[in-house]
Amino acid sequence: MYPRAFEYLVPHSILEAIELLSQHGEEAKLLAGGQSLIPLMKLRLANPHYVVDIGRLQGLAYVREEDGSLTIGALTCHVDVLESPFVRQRFSLMADALGVIGDCQVRNWGTVGGALAEADPAGDWGPVALALNSRIRCVGPKGERVLGADTFFVDAYTTQLAADELITEVAFPLPAQGTTGAYLKLERRAGDFAVVSVAVQLSLDQRGICHSAAVALGAAGLTPIKVVEAEAFLSGKEIRPDVIEEAAVRVSQAAQPLPDIRGSEEYKRAAARALFKRAVEIVVRRHRGESLEAGHVR
Amino acid sequence: MSARQRIRVTINGQTHEHEVESRLLLVDYIRDVVGLTGTHFGCDTSNCGACTVVLDGRSAKSCTLLAVQADGRELLTIEGLARGGRMHPVQEAFWEKHALQCGFCTSGMVMSVYSILSENPEPTEEEIRRGIAGNLCRCTGYIPVIEAVQAAAQRLKRQEAKPA
Repeated sequence: MYPRAFEYLVPHSILEAIELLSQHGEEAKLLAGGQSLIPLMKLRLANPHYVVDIGRLQGLAYVREEDGSLTIGALTCHVDVLESPFVRQRFSLMADALGVIGDCQVRNWGTVGGALAEADPAGDWGPVALALNSRIRCVGPKGERVLGADTFFVDAYTTQLAADELITEVAFPLPAQGTTGAYLKLERRAGDFAVVSVAVQLSLDQRGICHSAAVALGAAGLTPIKVVEAEAFLSGKEIRPDVIEEAAVRVSQAAQPLPDIRGSEEYKRAAARALFKRAVEIVVRRHRGESLEAGHVR
Repeated sequence: MSARQRIRVTINGQTHEHEVESRLLLVDYIRDVVGLTGTHFGCDTSNCGACTVVLDGRSAKSCTLLAVQADGRELLTIEGLARGGRMHPVQEAFWEKHALQCGFCTSGMVMSVYSILSENPEPTEEEIRRGIAGNLCRCTGYIPVIEAVQAAAQRLKRQEAKPA
């Protein structure tokens, strides 16, 4: 299979890229790493008349710590975020998720901005962005704006981004002392999209009391889901088995999975619940100093 | 602006220049335009990794990239591994450990392994398994492949240790 014919355009600056997008609107698609776009074009599910290749734009690939935030350039490949010692140390949830995106080849070329803009309902960056309260900086002909992850995802494959906007950077506030996270993804086979995935980030004190919680689901609806009910429930409570169990009920209820080739609605709901419980256990053990692997469900 | 582009790609150390359709996939460029058929066309749905090559030092599924994305870059294909009629240590290890049967996944598998070892010279078994997750094999069951990677790591280490 190969894509329909298209005009290939290579802007030499962000400004030029925006001009091209403004000019061509819905007929144009941005190409970063192409790890989502090319497969779609080969299946002819995406048939842009213009492909605007921003993959070579300079200055948009970086992983930095600045002003109390982790900032990642939109064109940073997943592998480069995964290999950042700072990310591995301070953002275990993100490191877990990055390690399970696709496979090596996909991680080598796919970009953070591309993945977020693609907004695949089963994508791994979605629940990570939600759980970590990320802010997505984008730029268009009217200038720059910053979008919160909580409102960024509008529908399957649909974000708040206008047709003439592109993401330049994603920022994550540095987690407070005592905050740990974990991401678990249930896959049918290696390199697959999630059947369902769970992101959990907890701020715990020495007594095991949870001060704040973030819980997000992937592949459990048209968009990633922030489980505010579970977050509110966990807040202020000691993380005990009965508390986890009750929170898991809320996670299960918040999921809106669609039955598809990866599983039925009941299966996905049950899996979300089970993954949530495992993820909380991993977070608690990591908080106690244990070095644990997460990402793939074992 | 047109549906055709002029691209210049250095493949296995040699520079090639061609005019191609923008929509030409890198795998088709390598096989049909340049004539290097060692890179295989497998699933065409970005799953199997038989088409894996190394682009600017990073493994890539060539069916999931456009040829135009390789413009100005350096490409290494399976044909570029052997030197002076001698197999690369990774290829020798695959032969030694019988890490291929039908051979269809092999060029992609070898390129992935080459890439893994260039970043991580002594990978654990877990790291090897994760590293080859993007390369499907229907014949070997992967165990001989894992052993070949471990053997290749040893071969490369011995090669490094040899006095110049």
